[in-house]
Amino acid sequence: MTRPDELPEPPEPGTETVPEVPSAVSMDDLLSDCVHCGFCLPTCPTYVLWGEEMDSPRGRIHLMQQHREGAPLGDAMVRHFDACLGCMACVTACPSGVQYDKLIEVTRAEVEAEHPRTWTERAVRGAIFSLFPYPRRLRALRGPLRAYQRSGVPALVRRSGILERLSPTLAAMERLAPPSQKAPSLPERVAARGGRRATVGMLTGCVQREFFPGVNAATARVLAMEGCDVLIPKRQGCCGALSLHSGRAGEARAFARRTVETFEGVDVIVVNSAGCGSAMKEYETLLADDPAWAARARALAEKTRDLAEFLVELGPRAERHPLPVTVAYHDACHLAHAQGVRSQPRALLAGIPELTVKEIADPEVCCGSAGTYNLLQPVAAAELGDRKAANVAATRADLLVAANPGCSLQIAQALERQGAPLPVAHTAQVLDASLRGHPAATLLAR
Amino acid sequence: MADTLRDLAERCTRLLGPESVISDPVRLRTYECDGLTSHRASPGLVVLPETAEQIAAIVRACGEAGVPYVARGSGTGLSGGALPRTDGVLIVTARMRRILDIDIPNQRATVEPGVINLDVTRAARPHGYYFAPDPSSQQICSVGGNVAENSGGAHCLKYGFTAHHILACEIVTPDGEIAELSRDDPGFDLLGVFVGSEGTLGITTKITVRLTRLPETVRTLLAAFDTIGKGGDAVSAIIAAGVVPAAIEMMDALSIEAAEAAVACGYPEGAGAVLVVELDGPDATVEHQFAQVERLCREAGAFEIRVAADDTERALIWKGRKSAFAAMGRISPAYIVQDGVIPRTSLGEVLGRIDALSRESGVRVANVFHAGDGNLHPLVLFDDSVPGAQERAETVSGAILDLCVEHGGSITGEHGVGADKARYMPRMFSDDDLDTMQMVRCGFDPAGLCNPGKVFPTPRLCGEVPGVRKGPHPLVAEGKADLF
Repeated sequence: MTRPDELPEPPEPGTETVPEVPSAVSMDDLLSDCVHCGFCLPTCPTYVLWGEEMDSPRGRIHLMQQHREGAPLGDAMVRHFDACLGCMACVTACPSGVQYDKLIEVTRAEVEAEHPRTWTERAVRGAIFSLFPYPRRLRALRGPLRAYQRSGVPALVRRSGILERLSPTLAAMERLAPPSQKAPSLPERVAARGGRRATVGMLTGCVQREFFPGVNAATARVLAMEGCDVLIPKRQGCCGALSLHSGRAGEARAFARRTVETFEGVDVIVVNSAGCGSAMKEYETLLADDPAWAARARALAEKTRDLAEFLVELGPRAERHPLPVTVAYHDACHLAHAQGVRSQPRALLAGIPELTVKEIADPEVCCGSAGTYNLLQPVAAAELGDRKAANVAATRADLLVAANPGCSLQIAQALERQGAPLPVAHTAQVLDASLRGHPAATLLAR
Repeated sequence: MADTLRDLAERCTRLLGPESVISDPVRLRTYECDGLTSHRASPGLVVLPETAEQIAAIVRACGEAGVPYVARGSGTGLSGGALPRTDGVLIVTARMRRILDIDIPNQRATVEPGVINLDVTRAARPHGYYFAPDPSSQQICSVGGNVAENSGGAHCLKYGFTAHHILACEIVTPDGEIAELSRDDPGFDLLGVFVGSEGTLGITTKITVRLTRLPETVRTLLAAFDTIGKGGDAVSAIIAAGVVPAAIEMMDALSIEAAEAAVACGYPEGAGAVLVVELDGPDATVEHQFAQVERLCREAGAFEIRVAADDTERALIWKGRKSAFAAMGRISPAYIVQDGVIPRTSLGEVLGRIDALSRESGVRVANVFHAGDGNLHPLVLFDDSVPGAQERAETVSGAILDLCVEHGGSITGEHGVGADKARYMPRMFSDDDLDTMQMVRCGFDPAGLCNPGKVFPTPRLCGEVPGVRKGPHPLVAEGKADLF
């Protein structure tokens, strides 16, 4: 059951189903930025997999152009848009400044509005979007999930391949579900240790909150130990990232308005999940055409910081204790490409005595998690997961550090599938262990 | 024609499987151009083979059906060399991207044609080697495309073009045979003929490249001048002093502006031109010559010289230069990348004439060039939404090539002739020259199906008496070809 306080106002039927291109953005201008140089190709995960023009950013932009010129959003075209992970590696690679992020967001919304989905597609999408953005629904799932995971059934199910036959998405969900753990609830306020340097709001997220409660607890502790009063509003809901990145703009706007309201009272909002932070920084564009919300959305976007970004801006104060461990740092796409946060997490990790940071080969290529991608496109996602896992394993690190719950689940599962399981931690958890003087073993035992 | 292509599509599907054949119009159109967007033609059929045998079978099938075919790698060419034929097959090698062998003792690597240029270097670097040809698009251009175009790059001043780094090629001939061309073959240098033939003599399916030892030391400096002329003087002085830098690159104010907007490379403010000079080799030599280069730049009037202290700073200096073409998108809706060569000594004069052309026509021209070997890359800017703007830009672009030829240079330094410059070939070559080249081509491709319409200005085909055309072309008479 869900409680009303978790639900955003549902978009009124018909009013927000055709998400217009935000007025700040002209699709024609965005498209004309592309000069067809191809520099985006080698960083595009689907081009890396299939080597086809239509499954590269350059090709997808060409398809968008064709659609602008009147070609219908047919099955073939939609297939190539659906196959895009939205990882934004192409945005980083593009020398001409093409804003592919905006292009694909508008296009996905057009697809959802114009292209009839099959019954199965609708059912799968409906299920995903009525589950993941709702922490309470996720929590309700935890009990049964734990019971299932502790039984002998998972092995049986996987061997039988029954889920694969029913729905590849369902099978992917079953494989990806993390071992369910008890989630300690966080207080609404955590007081700064030592002199207070800042007051920050903290987003708890949906998957992060229900499946990685330890990450939120560590984030709050690290912020407090660095001298921040941490405000954690109880009534916060989903930020809308999953919906926004899947063309469900109306739904995303409803979530966004709610999040803007929740955090309006704080100066800084610290986010420890890459996908959420990136979506919140986009609120300005998302709500640009809503006069009642545009200014408020812009204000919130400007106050949003990734945890690592914020901690580096703040500067270290708490003592770092040695952590003799070798970690491989994974760039989450929505952190590195969407928010440009690359050096900060590395700097924070490198600031821990006796800790060694290893770089993963092809860091710009997505792990295949990409929001709901590993559920909706399980085959491509698994291939990308395998590539990433092989590169992670090659670093011979003891621990994988990633700052997005989706990446953590995806890579952990791929490593396990390859018979090279590796513990995974969030940057916050590594810092937490160092600040509290915990031994490295606590991280490796996860 | 449609029936022929449909039959061919079915045949290719049997050969390659349905996932490797593209025949619906929407997807085909994404292949309508390479890096040169001013020429577009949606291919009749696209195939994505993975082996030499598959390519040979496709080529044979095309031959039997009398259908033209064009090979394409990553689609980054700048002369329309991979421009498809609407009535033909586009053979894309992007899935042939295995590095087959890295043979360090013999300083060579064997790769498939779709392997990305920079990936060869990435694979060789841990062993202390690299692949020297470095086009600005090296992060995505394919080695097969490099072979076809005999691609150059910033460091070709010292290390030579692709041709100097290819030891052997396995090719599919227009007859559909798989043949090996090697530098070690006695007799005619067929490999030399093949490299740079722009896809008109066959399709390469396996390439053995020379690996070059990484230099002991690399030092890079950026020198800023208030005018292009002074930059040009510095280049002449450096070469005259007997220094052979790995690269000397020059950019003018407009290209600096674009690069700055794109990658924030932080070049000195107010510079009318910047010069990037890179020296590499043994420590002692580099140290000595580097001091010399710094002095010569100052003497020529450099107002600021920055020396890269580490790899990050060097990468930043190069980032501005390497992204310069694509960065033009930041300051102009559309542009033509021109590629011409002049004797280094004419640099100042030709640049002055280009500037005059630009002022007279009102068409902006940005200049980026490999100054060491006189390879100019004027970027002719225009707004493609303004009627007539592209034609005006092309007129300026063509006039620049005239300037190059007039000064004893060439209509292309490294981008190739392709579809774009075929019409300029008569400005450099007489009919006799062109006919002689055509006869070489006919030796490989008598039916004229392998990347037709490229390099040569008129669609002469084999079986035709060179130079003089009387009556209909034999293939036209047989109904096998059309002349437009």
